[in-house]
Amino acid sequence: MKYLDEYRDPALAVKLLAELHATATRPWAVMEVCGGQTHTLVRQGIDELLPAGIRMIHGPGCPVCVTPLEVIDKALAIAARPEVIFTSYGDMLRVPGSAGDLLGVRARGGDVRVVYTPLDAVRIARQHPDREVVFFAVGFETTAPANAMAVRYAADAGIGNFSVLVSHVLVPPAITALLDAPDNQVQGFLAAGHVCAVMGWTEYEPIAARYRVPIVVTGFEPLDLLEGILMAVRQLEQGRSEVENQYARAVRRTGNTAAQEVVRRVFRVTERNWRGIGPIPTSGLALAAEFSAYDADTRFATTGVRTEENPDCIAGAILRGTKLPTDCAAYGTRCTPRTPLGAPMVSAEGTCAAFHNSGRRPAPSTVEEIG
Amino acid sequence: MTTIDPTRATCPAPQAETERVLLGHGSGGQLSTELLDDVIIAELGTAGPLEDAALVGIADVDAVFSTDSFVVTPRFFPGGDIGSLAVHGTVNDLAMRGARPVALALAYVLEEGFPLAELRTITASVAAAARACGVPVATGDTKVVGAGAADGVYVTTTGIGVRLRDAFPSAAGGVPGDVVLLSGHVGDHGTAILSAREGLGFEAEIRSDSRPLHDLVAAMIAAGARDVHALRDPTRGGLASALNELAAASEVAVEITDADIPIRPQVAAACELLGLDPLHVANEGCLVAFVAPGSADAVLSAMRGTEAGQAARAIGTVTGGPAGQVTARTTVGARRVVDVLIGEQLPRIC
Repeated sequence: MKYLDEYRDPALAVKLLAELHATATRPWAVMEVCGGQTHTLVRQGIDELLPAGIRMIHGPGCPVCVTPLEVIDKALAIAARPEVIFTSYGDMLRVPGSAGDLLGVRARGGDVRVVYTPLDAVRIARQHPDREVVFFAVGFETTAPANAMAVRYAADAGIGNFSVLVSHVLVPPAITALLDAPDNQVQGFLAAGHVCAVMGWTEYEPIAARYRVPIVVTGFEPLDLLEGILMAVRQLEQGRSEVENQYARAVRRTGNTAAQEVVRRVFRVTERNWRGIGPIPTSGLALAAEFSAYDADTRFATTGVRTEENPDCIAGAILRGTKLPTDCAAYGTRCTPRTPLGAPMVSAEGTCAAFHNSGRRPAPSTVEEIG
Repeated sequence: MTTIDPTRATCPAPQAETERVLLGHGSGGQLSTELLDDVIIAELGTAGPLEDAALVGIADVDAVFSTDSFVVTPRFFPGGDIGSLAVHGTVNDLAMRGARPVALALAYVLEEGFPLAELRTITASVAAAARACGVPVATGDTKVVGAGAADGVYVTTTGIGVRLRDAFPSAAGGVPGDVVLLSGHVGDHGTAILSAREGLGFEAEIRSDSRPLHDLVAAMIAAGARDVHALRDPTRGGLASALNELAAASEVAVEITDADIPIRPQVAAACELLGLDPLHVANEGCLVAFVAPGSADAVLSAMRGTEAGQAARAIGTVTGGPAGQVTARTTVGARRVVDVLIGEQLPRIC
């Protein structure tokens, strides 16, 4: 397949791995921020081919995983209302709230539909003027422009029965928060290529300079990741801390300015709670005052939703990179993709689910030690 | 600037939905297995490996017997429709036990208000597919339920066949050393249905692979006889589920190579875009086989000589590794476990 096969070439992979083995003289810990990259790493078994000292830490970049529990609970409450058609990207349907998930709401008669773009949700609103159509607007900088466009389109077209439940998160503040954590182990980052395709990488430059960490904008194919890791390790070995772009075929330094403009117009920056991590200032997007009429949260007055958290889950440590899924006593036993206890087991791109789906099993000694 | 507070690093304890049928219970994945094991088989009290069709001894003849219900949206899709699919599905289930189809029974559940013109079209498709397979529709039944109680039409086909001479394929028949053969491209049907259902408008048309496989199986048996140890058509749950089911029933491990699995470029592109794994996507016109190494070349060559098996390839081997484990050699040379989906495969956010 053009533009894909060339990034999966086994001969080139062998060459990049050999170069990586020749470059790495010391142990290094590199975090891939994005869940899509975690998925490729684990699915292709790339982390097992790396030099022994090079450790990949799987970051918090799965939008499904980090959507806070209270927002999921609000989604469940809204979706259960008889007048509502609740629309969402597919992978939010299995995310457990305090009492079940959206698939369960659908099985009990709720009108929950999968859409591929928020504009489909606007179209449904137009087709069903007697119903309230809500779109679950989650994700990183990547999905924000399309969601902003949907709100603007609905506003311009005067569609009053459409609203969005917003829980957008932003990557750079999360990276900063991870680096500020006292138990931080991350020495270099692979930044998510698609986020940078929208936002560019100027926001990363002060972070790289201040914390002296290399940040490599990286794509999602196996060879992208191998090359991104090589570029990060090369910087670490040479004592450099710059922002470099591995994903030049898709990303420019300034990103997509038209997309940034529509996001700036429709959303405002706000503090956001990250599931498994906690609140991070300026790390989220909410609807700007001008578009507050499209806020499902206020339209359906979902205040008073009570959430229940499980203290056994070590999701926070996994999302910070201080523990591996296989370090968890519940991993693969009480906590599986069928019965997820925590955020990283929920989405296929969550770290725990990526491990589990690829057959990583807990080491017996680890289980005894923790359990 | 903030620091992460570890005391906030907690996680939810979800209450999984356990007492209602979910859409995922029909996916062919783990939820389907749980529904079968915990509810249906537990009540029926039957045991043994789950085969595509049952062998019934009737006066010196090994009759093979199978039934299947078809509920598909949309009912007409590129490459087929619910009528031909209902014939092919049951003919193929019989074929997976090495049987030649002898007769079909056809049952409709119709929703009040369903257009008769559409019922005629579907029935004409059933008739044409049955004729092409050389199997008569010998009996049938029709029920009508009230408006709103069904989604248009549900089709059930039941088939009876006779086991071919020297054909003993069984889900439990795989042994270490067997070669894993795949008859054609994977992912066509599920991707075609999804594309038609959601109106995704992919430029390259993706067509369902719905087709009968009994001639392909007959050619394989003629070339390999008892060396054709196990057969399965990877329908719901895709190739990943089929291999896992065969590995579990045969108490063997399976190793495949990702690069050897034929996937059409347009299907691969569509799956990539939607975040779906082609190994988990449904097929209706290919089969996977465990064949003894001594006969594998002959069987493969016989497969390629049939219309349904032109793209047939060896994709891996059966080993004595952990029973039920399916692994794949990835394109970059590492190894991964090929697991069964839990429920529906859901398109990813990004």
